[in-house]
Amino acid sequence: MSEAGLHDSPREQDVPIQTPAEGRSYLAAGSSLRSWLLTTDHKRIAVLYLVTITLFFAIAAFAAALIRLELLTPKGDLLSAEGYNRAFTVHGVVMVWFFLIPSIPNVFGNFLIPLMIGARDLAFPRLNLASWYIFVFGGLFTLAMLAFGGVDTGWTFYTPLSSTYANGNVVLALTAVFIAGWSSILTGINFIVTIHKLRAPGMTWGRLPLFVWTHYATALILVLATPVLTVTLLLVMAERVLGLGIFDPALGGDPLLFQHLFWFYSHPAVYIMVLPAMGVVSELVTAAAHRKLFGYWFVAYSALGIALVGFLVWGHHMFVAGQGMYASAAFSFLSLVVAIPSAIKVYNWTATLYKGSIALNAAFLFAMGFIGLFVMGGLTGLMLAMLAIDVHVHDTYFVVAHFHYIMVGGAVTAFLGAVHYWWPKMFGRMYNEGWGSISAGFIFIGFNLTFFPQFLLGYAGMPRRYHEYPPEFQTLQVLSSSGASLLALGYGLPLIYLLYSLRHGEPAPPNPWHAAGLEWTVPSPPPTHNFEQPPIVTYDAYDYPEDGEP
Amino acid sequence: MIGLFPFAPAASAHARHLDTLIGGFSVLVALLAGPVIVLIFAFAVRYRRGKRVNRTRAEDRNVWLEVSWSVIPFLLILGFFVVAARMYFALREPPPGAMPITVVAKQWMWKFQHPTGQAEINRLHVPVGQPVRLTMTSQDVIHSLYVPALRIKQDVLPGRYTELWFTADRPGTYHLFCAEFCGTDHAAMGGGLIAMAPGDYARWLADAGGGGSLAAQGAALYARLGCGSCHGASAAVRAPPLDGLFGATVTLADGTTRRADEQYLRDAILDPNAQITAGYPAIMPTYRGVVDEAAAMALVAYLRSLPKGARP
Repeated sequence: MSEAGLHDSPREQDVPIQTPAEGRSYLAAGSSLRSWLLTTDHKRIAVLYLVTITLFFAIAAFAAALIRLELLTPKGDLLSAEGYNRAFTVHGVVMVWFFLIPSIPNVFGNFLIPLMIGARDLAFPRLNLASWYIFVFGGLFTLAMLAFGGVDTGWTFYTPLSSTYANGNVVLALTAVFIAGWSSILTGINFIVTIHKLRAPGMTWGRLPLFVWTHYATALILVLATPVLTVTLLLVMAERVLGLGIFDPALGGDPLLFQHLFWFYSHPAVYIMVLPAMGVVSELVTAAAHRKLFGYWFVAYSALGIALVGFLVWGHHMFVAGQGMYASAAFSFLSLVVAIPSAIKVYNWTATLYKGSIALNAAFLFAMGFIGLFVMGGLTGLMLAMLAIDVHVHDTYFVVAHFHYIMVGGAVTAFLGAVHYWWPKMFGRMYNEGWGSISAGFIFIGFNLTFFPQFLLGYAGMPRRYHEYPPEFQTLQVLSSSGASLLALGYGLPLIYLLYSLRHGEPAPPNPWHAAGLEWTVPSPPPTHNFEQPPIVTYDAYDYPEDGEP
Repeated sequence: MIGLFPFAPAASAHARHLDTLIGGFSVLVALLAGPVIVLIFAFAVRYRRGKRVNRTRAEDRNVWLEVSWSVIPFLLILGFFVVAARMYFALREPPPGAMPITVVAKQWMWKFQHPTGQAEINRLHVPVGQPVRLTMTSQDVIHSLYVPALRIKQDVLPGRYTELWFTADRPGTYHLFCAEFCGTDHAAMGGGLIAMAPGDYARWLADAGGGGSLAAQGAALYARLGCGSCHGASAAVRAPPLDGLFGATVTLADGTTRRADEQYLRDAILDPNAQITAGYPAIMPTYRGVVDEAAAMALVAYLRSLPKGARP
């Protein structure tokens, strides 16, 4: 087809005209498998991560479906005890380490940090690609663990169950997570160096979008906490394979030592999932409201505050584990302290909406969903931080509900908000807004229907990780499972209309939301080198007009 | 009254107290969060794009407002923190007269032993109105004893004693669960707590028989294992005397001191070389493999029962 012919097509007319000097879009830079697998372009690596983690999400979601089906009846009829234990272990391991931890940072952090700070790429592009390969390598171990029959320790790998007694493929699972940990560490280092060294002229720390601030805080946690996890997993392997007595008292070890080490990583890991989500929501709320973020510095420093105090609260997972009572009181108090910076963010997002000019688009509906669900998760977290309350609801469905509100209601909803907000930038196509809004609605309603009944189940005393349960809990379990089917519909829809948009969607203009931020100043999708000229920044983040109108 | 929440029966004063605490706390957090949720919806409607409305003079910072909405909720919450912490501390301090029951957990069953010697599996009978203290340990992995109607649970660890105490005040049969995932049949590792009027409990004890009190069982074991050939008053081998040992302070060979509580006595039987008493040779063999956790608990009960004041 001739060049003139191309431009005759009405659809092509909408494409932003690019001069050859601006370069081709990063998507057009090559379509061979080799051009993807050997790329060092942060945007392409982001797409590689998006595809990879979507596959892992599907695996973990399938396990969740098995769990919810089994729990429809009090008897263990669909799965055996062993099968159920393996289902929830796979669900936890894959969701935590192969979806949630990498979700927003490795897809959107990768894609957006260089664009938002006016850089050509991350500081170490080849290291970035190596991170993905390491992640995939760890993922292969997960798949091998599944292929050989799974593992039955729970995602928490508590000793001495995991190190001595469990009979699944524990070593394969530990190896998978160990390897994925290295990917996290390398990504964290890359983000920290990039944000320190590659900001465009004039892009001071005080002008960084909150998305970048929260990813900076996240990267600090990735680098400081993940090594503790990887070493701990090695110790479990040493005990299991070599019989070294570290955690099993029968071998002279201490089982609580494992819990301290595990939660020293795994509590901050919750903030690895939530801080990037808070960054996303800060972008979505300001863009929808067309307003500067209320209290920029409070929100920015609260991200660092969460990262810092988040390292000091791990003992709240151990109030009934045999930890000393004064240590427990200190951990309880610090857990309430860490709620302050989280509350600041929620109040500030709300204040940002005041006198805004709010576009009620799909991305904003996801952001609203995030705020509602995150608030619910945070407040029930306060309840769990209260010592006497935790003694009752620890290891019950109350805890299960709480952390799903944070990790799914919070982190996954924000991830989908990010997908809807930056999809046009990433792939250069608009999707159907109506379907996006329907999906956001299904997810919000389905999520609450799934997980709110679990608070009641937990308070009534139903322990977690039970495939059989007393019949009086059935009504609430059935309610929860029916909510889950609505939730599944909400998660399935975007897969359809977003993939449809890749071929049939309207071409996206550079700035479909009329949003501030450097990423909206380049074409959609951006050219390989992001900016033709390095941008010079002379204005603050969220530089929207004073009167609020676009 | 069955408690504040009809779906969650409450069988102790602590349980009802906790219901009140979480009920009050829920009201507080609803007051803190309610305005946020309402305002988000109100703003989304009032300031939706395209609507003509006054948008002038919107602040983008207000330090006093931000400090106050950070600090005031925190201070309100601290009040609940104090109450919850005091209740938690109380759970850790059993009253002196509490009835001791020993608990040994293993994959996937609970074994309870009453002070009068009766043993039972997965079901625990207790009298109402009487404080009960459980001393618990595990033979393999970590378990957790959980009675939702009492609103209490405590992890049960291998190699270590943990305690739990309660006073049930409402007769009935309540769920007793294992709350810490412990392997394949975790979900089946449960049974019931049967709280009974004191007279019914006495009748149950009589029916259940039992081979003498736990201390008497320990004494028989002490004799059978020949412990007295070293620890006895007229023994040829010099070993620490055991009369009055329970509750005394022991000086170890490395100069540190320890209170001779249940944990200390258990460790001294199963892992004697870990804590050598000062002035005695390290010659006691380990009884790990000879004495299981339940037998160790009987021995400890016997040592507890020895006459006090006989210590030099």
